[in-house]
Parts: sequence; structure tokens; C-alpha cells
Amino acid sequence: MSSVSDKYEVIVGLEVHAQLSTLSKMYCGDSAAFGAAPNTQVSPVSLGHPGTLPRVNRKAIEYAVKIGLATGSTIRRENQFARKNYFYADLPKGYQITQDKTPLCENGFIEFEVAGERKRVGLERIHMEEDAGKSTHDLDPYYTLVDLNRAGVPLIEIVSRPDIRSGDEAYQYLTEVRKLVRYLDICDGNMEEGSMRCDANISIRLKGDTGLNPRVEVKNMNSMRNVKKAIEYEFERQVELMERGERLAQETRGYDALKGVTLPQRSKELAHDYRYFPEPDLPPVIVTEEYVDAVRAAMPKLSRDLIAEYTTTYGLPEYDARVITDDKDTAFYLNDLLTLTKNYKAASNWLLGPIKSYLNENALEISELTVKPQTIADLIALIDAGKTNFAVASQRMLPELVANPTESPLAVLERLNLLQSSDEGMIKDLAVAVLAKYPDKVKAYQAGQKGLLGLFVGEVMKGSAGKADPKLTNKILTELLAG
Amino acid sequence: MFQTHKEIQAAIGSGQTDLKSLVTTYLTNIESNRHLNAFLEVYGEEAMARAAELDGKTTGRGRLYGMVIAIKDNICYRGHKVSAGSRILEGFESIYSSTVVERLLAEDAIIIGRLNCDEFAMGSSNENSAYGPVLNARDNSRVPGGSSGGSAVAVQADMCLVSLGSDTGGSIRQPASFCGVVGFKPTYGRVSRWGLIAYASSFDQIGPLSHSVEDSALVMEIMAGADEYDSTASSKPVPSYSTEKFEKKARIAVLKNTVDHQGINTEVRSETERIIAKLKSEGHTIEEVNFDLTDYLIPVYYVLSTAEASSNLARFDGVHYGYRSPRATEMDSVYKLSRTEGFGREVKNRIMLGTFVLSAGYYDAYYSRAQKVRRMLSEQISEIFRSYDFILLPTAPSIAFKLGEKTSDPTEMYLADIYTVLANLVGVPAISLPLAKSAEGLPIGIQLMAEKHEDAKLFGFSKTLMQWSTLYP
Repeated sequence: MSSVSDKYEVIVGLEVHAQLSTLSKMYCGDSAAFGAAPNTQVSPVSLGHPGTLPRVNRKAIEYAVKIGLATGSTIRRENQFARKNYFYADLPKGYQITQDKTPLCENGFIEFEVAGERKRVGLERIHMEEDAGKSTHDLDPYYTLVDLNRAGVPLIEIVSRPDIRSGDEAYQYLTEVRKLVRYLDICDGNMEEGSMRCDANISIRLKGDTGLNPRVEVKNMNSMRNVKKAIEYEFERQVELMERGERLAQETRGYDALKGVTLPQRSKELAHDYRYFPEPDLPPVIVTEEYVDAVRAAMPKLSRDLIAEYTTTYGLPEYDARVITDDKDTAFYLNDLLTLTKNYKAASNWLLGPIKSYLNENALEISELTVKPQTIADLIALIDAGKTNFAVASQRMLPELVANPTESPLAVLERLNLLQSSDEGMIKDLAVAVLAKYPDKVKAYQAGQKGLLGLFVGEVMKGSAGKADPKLTNKILTELLAG
Repeated sequence: MFQTHKEIQAAIGSGQTDLKSLVTTYLTNIESNRHLNAFLEVYGEEAMARAAELDGKTTGRGRLYGMVIAIKDNICYRGHKVSAGSRILEGFESIYSSTVVERLLAEDAIIIGRLNCDEFAMGSSNENSAYGPVLNARDNSRVPGGSSGGSAVAVQADMCLVSLGSDTGGSIRQPASFCGVVGFKPTYGRVSRWGLIAYASSFDQIGPLSHSVEDSALVMEIMAGADEYDSTASSKPVPSYSTEKFEKKARIAVLKNTVDHQGINTEVRSETERIIAKLKSEGHTIEEVNFDLTDYLIPVYYVLSTAEASSNLARFDGVHYGYRSPRATEMDSVYKLSRTEGFGREVKNRIMLGTFVLSAGYYDAYYSRAQKVRRMLSEQISEIFRSYDFILLPTAPSIAFKLGEKTSDPTEMYLADIYTVLANLVGVPAISLPLAKSAEGLPIGIQLMAEKHEDAKLFGFSKTLMQWSTLYP
């Protein structure tokens, strides 16, 4: 099977809908917040009442221009809106106001790393639209329940070119898009809650071919992992069909996450003719050069900017910079930390080491971490001053500080009686005593078993109740053993 | 009966009348004219209560103090029913007010009721209302025109001083012509459409009907202007329409193939020619100008307006509000049955037509081409207004016709709009003035159009022309 599949490649284009995190809706002043009681954020506009008219949310335009700039897109000056007409119970106007022939952003790209290589995926367009309400089919035995709070929430649709060649690439592409919207602070990027949604257009062809075969559009994927799995499933399914000599047909399928398969959707849902035409209720939105310049000037730093800054200004390894910037909040934590300590590498180590482990073990986000950057900076300073060491700080002190976030690290050291000693005389006395206690081991060490040093250090530490400076102890013991 | 706001203000000022007696008089008139079917609902008690309240207001009176107004049944008024003359909105109550209603009330107007109209403002005879036809007060066997038939008859028969209509292709001017009143269609975007139930969004405008030009001008002055709730509303400042005068000699264009069009009634033609001669004799310049797009007006209007209508009327689906078929069992049948039973025949015709012209494979042939012609029209009309102050046309090709006379032939009915759709297609202001009458005494309206945002100039010149009205000696 795998050798058969090797003849083919998969061609994928993704359509990502991202809900913009504006306070109000796309075309009226209703709150766009998530999670309110059903049908409480609905004015006559959201309800599609007769006589109501839309007006454009300027903030949403700004957000879309931001992502346009971040993806190197051309920003259109004159933006016409269009109506996409279809009937559905959670679409109270009977049409969605979107953009058809004049998307706000065109010809951008998204770059990411996959299997150690840089990959660039072109963007056909990014346009503005509004969300529909939410239909719930399984709460009531007889009726579908409709919540219109979401109706009119601003969306951008990011349409990629068919440049994606594997499920892994799709996964990385989505990771990058999510990172982008989070850094830009225009969408929370949460696929599970539906604030970022993805449809995939998937086809296959023999490697070396240049034409495109009919594509399958897969909908309803609520995680990046499911997108990857759906692409992999579709690839195998389409290869099998083609190998059997069957014709591939353009169709829409849904992804069933439980079974891990795609299933055809009812043909009725395919028969749409959306009858797009220019939205007569909205004059074109003019985006001037000055406006774009102002948005550009106010752009937040993106992960790529931070990576450059971390590696050049702060001399951090590229690996550290990449891993830390994968998560915006972690990067922002580091940004704060970098203003509080000069030991940049130690700052990065703390984030990638003990903090990351603690968060992973407790399934927390860094935003939930009670320990503030100042505390970590203080810890680094205490280590650098020889008042404690990394092992004690990360294993003993960090849990204490998490529990008592207002206590200073120095106070914790004192309370736990862990303040490290750099008293050379005391350490030397302990060291001499330890070496006297293990004459055989000393001989073994001197005969070449250098690994035994750890044992002596451990004994000295034990003798000092953990307070001896391990570096100093190491140095003194090495000198004593050298005779 | 009082014919103008000025007379009413004088009578109030001299203590000859007050608002309660004024409202009582209108309510009596409404009652004695029930058979005309102009009102769908009369806010009797409410209007009396407001009159009593306003009678007690001795200082800071609004500019419409003493003006009793009725509104077309497609203009939303919070806490009041609005049905657009349709079964599909029977019993529906608006939860917000249109901008025009807010602005009129803020100037102390009294709203006395809701006026019958063609369903969703689609029609030229008011025979398409789900609540029955409106009768012309001058001859009850004739139609009042449409779609704002109720609005025209309410003024014609003195059931209110001023009414509001809406004009998408002539729906204010044509009934004004048939009923012998003034009807004004503003520049597109001059009056907010917030709260006007949409028929065709890029054509619709709310406008006044009245006996005098001055009253329409005053009401326009109050209603017009920027509105944050309507992005297509112009933010240009609103001139003082009510005091505007035009006393120069005007340069007036008459379009070729209009007055001499084959479909025109001979009396309408001869009366229009009489007015033209009169204007010439008064020293105005009147010239015939080339215009070769007359035959495109009706097709382009119906392609574009029905396209927009097919989308605008999608919201009436039986799901969230309005009529839901009792026979509906699941989503598809809620849509199909509610819309089939809730909409009337003409509305369904236009939804079908509009859906067709927007559908894949036909869009370019119909919608796109019609848009192109619309742009050409705008250019040609703009070109004419570079050399002329006004364009003069009959308002309608005929006088008020008999009920039922044209209902069997929709294309003949559509021709009733031939002279009026132009102003909506290009967005310019237009007014129908009751300047003439037929041998039988039936009103004939003369229409004047001006360049976009020259509403003030149009009002100014209209005041001059109204002095020659044979209907109002």
C-alpha cells in the first residue's frame, strides 16, 4: 500500500475562518463576547428585523488590515461588500454580508518550518465577513434551538493557495496562522471553541503531474490534529479510488472525528447557488494609504520579530527563541523577564526548563502562572550571587513560590533555612571530613574514577544540610583530591 | 379643511383651534372615508392623548407642532404594527423606530396612523395589498396609484396634513399624480432608510406627500441628513428647503422619446405640452434633448430592483418572526409553505425574477448588463444637468385608471413607471406637482427632476410652478 501511495502527492488548500476579537459585531453595536446566555446579545440588526441596516465595524477592518500586512498581502483601497444568499435557520437575514470580488487582502503568504525546512504557502485572499448564529440540534427532542448571539460576529476568511502537500504541513500552517492571529491580538485562535475554523480542499495527483484533479472539500474539523488526520485519510481514500480506476468527483465531505473518517454530506447541501451581488446597504469602505501606514506603525511584534531580537540583541540560541515564541504569552513573559535580569540565557533556561515542566505537569497556561517575572529575576540573581543554586531554586523554591506568590525568594530561602553558604572554611572542614570517611573511594578517584566526585559533593551537601554552594564545594573537593 | 401647515399654525396662534380639535377633525374625516381603505390602522386614542399633551406645551414647541402625519405601512414605529401590506408580517410589531419617525416626533408631529400600500411597495395601483385595494377619493372606481396609494389618498381626502410614502420606482410620485397632491422623492441617500422595510435598497427613499410644496419641503428639512444607522445616508448639510426660492429663469430639458412616447395618454401629453408652453411664455428656456435610453428604463429597473428584492425579502422566512404556516413540519416546509402562503402573487413574481437574474449563468447577461446601463444612464443624466437646471417629464403616462383594468397584464402595469424609474435609477431628486387635470377633472401630475443634492433648488422652482395649478386655483 505504501509503495502505491508513494506515486501520488496530495494537494491541499485551506480556508480558515477566524472570529475577530472585537468588542462589537461586524455590522452593528451588539456585544460580540462569547458565552453569554442565548439570544441576549441581539439588537434588531442581529435579529434581521425588517428595516434594519448594517454599518461596518471599523475595528474589524483594522484587524483585517493587520493580518494583511503581517502576511505580506496587498491591501485593497476600495472595498465592496457582497451578499451571499442562502436560507438557514441561524441566518436571520437570509444572506451573509461578505466580500466577493474585492477581498481586502490578496496575494500574501504564510511561512513555517516543517521537517527542518522552510515552507511558504501562498494566500489567495483574506476577506471580511460575518458569522451566522448557532443551531443546536441535540438539546431538544423536537426542535432545533437557535442562538443568535454569534450572528454578525466579525470573521476573516483566510484562503490559501493549493500549496500544502501533507497533513503535517497543514498542521504547521494552522499552527502558524494561530500564532499570527494571537500575536496580532485579533483572534484567540481557539479551534476547539470554534473561534478558528478550517475547511480543507483536498485532491491528489501522480507526482510529476501538473494538472489538478477534482477536489474534495472537507468541513467540520475542530482541531488542527483533525485537519491533519482528515487530509491523511482523504489521501489514502482517493489513492485507493484512483488505483481502482474510479473517477474522482468534486464533493463535500464532513470529518467524523470519532471514527477518523470523512463521510459524504447530503447532496442538497451542495446545490447552493449563492447569488452573490454587491451589498447595496454599504458603500465601499475606502482604506487609504495613510490609514494602512498608521496600522503598520502600530503593529505589535510578531514571533519572527521576537526571534530576531532574542538571537541578536540577547544572544539567545535560535532553538530557545523559536520554542519560546511558539507561544505568545511565554514570549511576553520572557520580554518582561529580559527587562529585569541581565542573565538572558538563565531567563530562557528558566522558561524552557522548570517553568515549562511545572506548567506541563499541572496542565496550566503561562497566563495562569502565579509566579511573576520579577520573582524569577530575583531567583536568577540569588543563584548568580551564590546564595542558592539552580537545583534548590527550581526544585525546592519554585513550588514554594507558586504556593506563596507574594513571598520574596530570599524570604523563602531563609524560611526553609536553605540560604547557601559560601563559607570556604566551613566547606573545607566538611570536605576534609568526608574524604577521611571514604579512603577507598579517594584512592579509586585518584586511580581514575572521576565520577566519584559527585558522591563526595553529595556528602558535603548533606553535611551542610544542603546549604553549601555546590560550585564552591566542587572546586574545594577537586583541589583536595588533587593533593 | 386646512391645506397647509402655515394655515394651521396661524389658526393655533389666534386660538381658533387647538391640537385636540385638529386631531378630532382628522379622525372624523378618517371615519367618514373608511371605504377608501387608506388606513390600515388609526392611532386614535394615542393621537388624542398626544394632542392633549402638546396642547399643554406653551413654550419650546417643535417645528412640526400642529402637523398631523400618517405613515406608510413599511415605516417602522416602535410598539406599533408594521406589515408592508403583506400577510407575511400580519400582526408583527416593530421593536424600534425608524429615524424619520424619531425626527418627526422630536419636532412635535402627531402620527395618526398607518397607511395601506402595495405589498412590500411593489405595485403601481395599490391593488397588491394583502389588506385590499385603496380607492381614489376623486373617483372611487379608480385606483389611487401605487405603491404609496394610501399615503396619497390620506392627503387627498384630508385624513392627515402630510403623509410619508416610499419611492423605489415612482411609488410616491405616481400616486401623487393620480390623486392630485404633491409627492417628493429625495436624492438617494438624503433621508435615512433606517426603519424602512426594504424593497430595493439602492433605489428606496422615504419622502413626503402633501397639498403644498412648502409642507413637503418642511418635512424634508426635518427628516433629511446624516444618520449613523444608515451608511448610505449622505452627511452633506441640509439646506432650508422650506424657505428656498428659485426666482431666476430656469433652463429646462425635455427628454426626446418621453412626452412623445407611444404609450402616453393624449390628455397627459397635451397638458404636459400646455405647461411647457406656459413655461416658455414666462421666459424660461425649454429645450428638447437627445435621450436614447427610454426603452431600457423599465427592463433595467425591473432587473436590478427585483434582484435586490429577492435578497431583501429572504428574511421573511417564517423562522424568527411574522407568519409561519400552520402546516409546516420541519425547516424546509417552514420556508416553502410560509413564503408561499405569506407572500402575494406580485411579490412572488418579483422574487422569482430577481432570483433568476442573479443566478449562476444568468448574472452577466442580466444583472451585470443592467448595472452597466444604470451607469450609462447616470452619465447621460449628469451630462444633461451640466447644461440644464431641471428635467421635465409627465409623472405617469396615464391618469388614474380603473380598478382591475391592468391587473391581468403585469408588463402593461410596469409601464406605469416609465417616467418615474429614471430618478431612482440615477438617484436624483424628483417631484410630482398637481398642475393639471383631465377633461373629466382627474388630476395630472407634472414631474420635475434636478441634479443630485439639488433638492433645495427643486423645491424652490416647484413653489413657482404651483402658482399655476389648475387643481388648486
